[in-house]
Amino acid sequence: MAAGATTSGGTVSNIYKGNSAKLMFPAWAMIGFFLLAPVGMMIVYSFLTKEFRGGVIWEFTLAAYDQFFFDRGLFGDEPPSIEWTYIGIFWRSIWQAGVATIACLLIGFPTAWFIATRRPSTRSAWLFMITIPYWVNLLIRTVSMKFLIRDTGPLNEFLLWTGAVSEPLGLINTNFAVQLGLFYSYLPFMVLPIYASVERYDFSLSEAAADLYSSIWTTLWLVILPVVKPGIVAGCILVFVPSLGAFLAPDLLGGAKTFMIGSLIEEQFKGSAGNWPFGAAASTILLSIVMAVLLIYARNQNKGSER
Amino acid sequence: MKKLLMTASLAFFALTGAAQAEGKLSIYHWFEYIPQELLDKFAKEYDVEVTMDTYDSNESLLASLKAGKLGSYDVAVPGDYMVKILNNEGMLDTFEPSELSNFGNIEDQWADVSFDPGRKSSIPYQWGSTSFSVNRDVFSGPIDSLAIVFDPPEELKGKINVLDTSGETLTLASLYLGIPQCTPDKAQLKALNALVQGAKQHWASFGSDIAKDVLVSGDAAVGMIWSGFSAKARSEGANIEYAFPKEGYIVWMDNVVLLKDAPNRENALKFMNFLLEPENAAAVTNYAQYTAGVKGVAPFLEPAVANSPESNPPAGQKGVFVEACPQEVQVLYDAIWTNLKK
Amino acid sequence: MASKTDLRRFPGFLTVTIVCLVVLYAPLIVVAVYSFNASTSITKWGGTSLAWYVDVFTGPEAPKFQQAAINSLVIAITAAIAATIIATLASVAMTRAGRFRGKTLSFALISLPLMVPEVVTAVASLVFFTAIGFTSGLTTILIAHIVFCIPFAYLPISARMQSIPDLYEQAAMDLYATPREAFKLVLLPLMTPGILSGFLLAFIISLDDFLITNFVKGAGVETLPTAIFGSVKQGIKPNIMAISTLMLIVSVIFVSLSWLIGRTGQDKNQKT
Repeated sequence: MAAGATTSGGTVSNIYKGNSAKLMFPAWAMIGFFLLAPVGMMIVYSFLTKEFRGGVIWEFTLAAYDQFFFDRGLFGDEPPSIEWTYIGIFWRSIWQAGVATIACLLIGFPTAWFIATRRPSTRSAWLFMITIPYWVNLLIRTVSMKFLIRDTGPLNEFLLWTGAVSEPLGLINTNFAVQLGLFYSYLPFMVLPIYASVERYDFSLSEAAADLYSSIWTTLWLVILPVVKPGIVAGCILVFVPSLGAFLAPDLLGGAKTFMIGSLIEEQFKGSAGNWPFGAAASTILLSIVMAVLLIYARNQNKGSER
Repeated sequence: MKKLLMTASLAFFALTGAAQAEGKLSIYHWFEYIPQELLDKFAKEYDVEVTMDTYDSNESLLASLKAGKLGSYDVAVPGDYMVKILNNEGMLDTFEPSELSNFGNIEDQWADVSFDPGRKSSIPYQWGSTSFSVNRDVFSGPIDSLAIVFDPPEELKGKINVLDTSGETLTLASLYLGIPQCTPDKAQLKALNALVQGAKQHWASFGSDIAKDVLVSGDAAVGMIWSGFSAKARSEGANIEYAFPKEGYIVWMDNVVLLKDAPNRENALKFMNFLLEPENAAAVTNYAQYTAGVKGVAPFLEPAVANSPESNPPAGQKGVFVEACPQEVQVLYDAIWTNLKK
Repeated sequence: MASKTDLRRFPGFLTVTIVCLVVLYAPLIVVAVYSFNASTSITKWGGTSLAWYVDVFTGPEAPKFQQAAINSLVIAITAAIAATIIATLASVAMTRAGRFRGKTLSFALISLPLMVPEVVTAVASLVFFTAIGFTSGLTTILIAHIVFCIPFAYLPISARMQSIPDLYEQAAMDLYATPREAFKLVLLPLMTPGILSGFLLAFIISLDDFLITNFVKGAGVETLPTAIFGSVKQGIKPNIMAISTLMLIVSVIFVSLSWLIGRTGQDKNQKT
């Protein structure tokens, strides 16, 4: 029944069969005790009554979920209709994160490929080159990015100087700026996993394809991508999921004019709203959606590889 | 690998073992508000080891105290309405005026305040105002009205930054409409909702931390901002003027409070007493560019700070404190804010 | 090595790599340039000055930032190593131990730190640590960091392991290697790129974390992000830029050293 779940369809080997409990134990113990317990508590919180200005009262209620899904007007006296506010915020976040993930993939895959085809002794140096910028705090990097792209910043001044544009692009405080920020925040999380997969790629496969008169792009699509898929999937998860909850890039580059999932939830815990059950409910809903998609994917992959 | 692990864990235990001293003081303070030199001076004078953590809003102070940090800090610096909230939550300890030898140094106007009658748990720290500043290179017209933010003239549209806190933004909006704070009146709340909804299209961004930088860089021509922050922006070269609008503006006061379950109550009181010395209060003022709530600071102030236009509102203007609304009204304001940012 | 280089080269991939590096490094140029700004603003240029570097070492806040930098590096290295070890063992279980009860659940559990919004982890952990009487301090930071680093280490490592067929280990075991020996002598060396990737991602995610750290840390304990966030409320001053630039220099030294060491090691390996 319990089908095995790997992130993708590599072969499932069983040479260490019987040791799974021993091997999994450290992960179970750390996450199970120090995260699952607190998160379980949060899920419980989502069904409790809110205490004014933060905290919970131990009385069961579905009020938080009701607030998420049903609109009763500003004063709560209108007949309930579907509440689009929060669904809209979720959808916007998913969209932004999706665009950033695709951008990371389009830039990250060729970069990973390029690194993997360097001399073996220089590959680690390339990997470090990708991660060195991340020694500088994300806040500082985001502020610097803002400096670069704002209307009077170097990018626009350069473009004006070359005559490529006649007036500043007006990038700041736009959705594009948010996507750029997310892309920039998580790029290495795409490059490194893909690299880890591509590095193993056996070029005799490409040779075989070439012998059968496949163009290199056909080879890329039909031969290479399926082989390095585990890395691509891992990279997409590592970019997409953290992007969903990100708040620095939306706040600083997007002008914080609209809530994203991250800032909406943060407002419930740290803002004047102080509505912990609602923050917990929004988190539970987010967690359920992402987890469901991931597990359905893992399961399908597994069925595929068993055939 | 093993060796690396060993070294790392050794270094780790060396770190956790460090910093053990007898006299301690643990401060929970606003971001960048008190000069490190002043903390060092206190540490030296009283032979106390001082540690300070920071928070970025009154609400996040409350959130982390509520989540479990009460008991690890001795003093905190909440704003006026938050003093009342913390007190209602039972998070404050009380002291007798006789426990502070400098208690008499408190300015008369701050000695008995609505948010802490009789100053049983708090002493005044700094006070200032929240309003907006306008870049005078961009706009030369009159700026004596909140209409600049909520119904801006053509040349300022799309060049406005507002503070990303519902309390301050919605309170200024209420002042503009002339409606009371924490009103449960439906018509008034609907008008408030409509006002901010309509004004949002003219706003370029919401941001509190960036309020100064956007004015200095010229990204925004109008910025809702705190008085001292505006003074700093001006000293960094922004040609801005801080407005005291005729509809009114927000006055706030930060206060040093004695927290409940303070691990070092004695040192906390020493520190509060220390901050009531005019010279020390003036040091904070010179740094943060707000106004001290202590008598006799004038001789210690830098002239530029003492005479700054931001700290000297014209006579006859009305500043109001932000009120802490009751629960059933607060949810309505939260709903308006969420609605604004959806 | 390569017989036909044309199969390795796709037109445009070099350009994309250059774009990638430009995007990654362009903001850092701003950081480095403005660390030499004589003015206190990051948006107005006030002439060249080394004052902020002097400030980093001798200014009133120097001890705080130095301690914070050391804390951050120690926590990031320790947490990344621990998470990488945990993730490697888990990857072996997930890709090499056949099917077992609770496998799907295990995958869900490993991904959990990634799925939970950061602020929720932060508040929940603080409430939980307080409830079980865990005093906050460096230990709570370290535990929290290990936990959220695990998926970042796990995903690249397991991706790598999935692309290695188990033929090599099978062969070793046919030659009477124990599973433990097969793992250590055959699988682990093949895993190096995956483990390095996992370690690096865990390291940078730990080094950068603000929100969770800020909630679970003990009073007075600072990491670099909490110290930096604590200094930016009044606008980022060039001293933060100077600290960041110094961190970059440290990282470059660190990386160059490990590269030199790694190169001698790898060249030896290649000969055998």
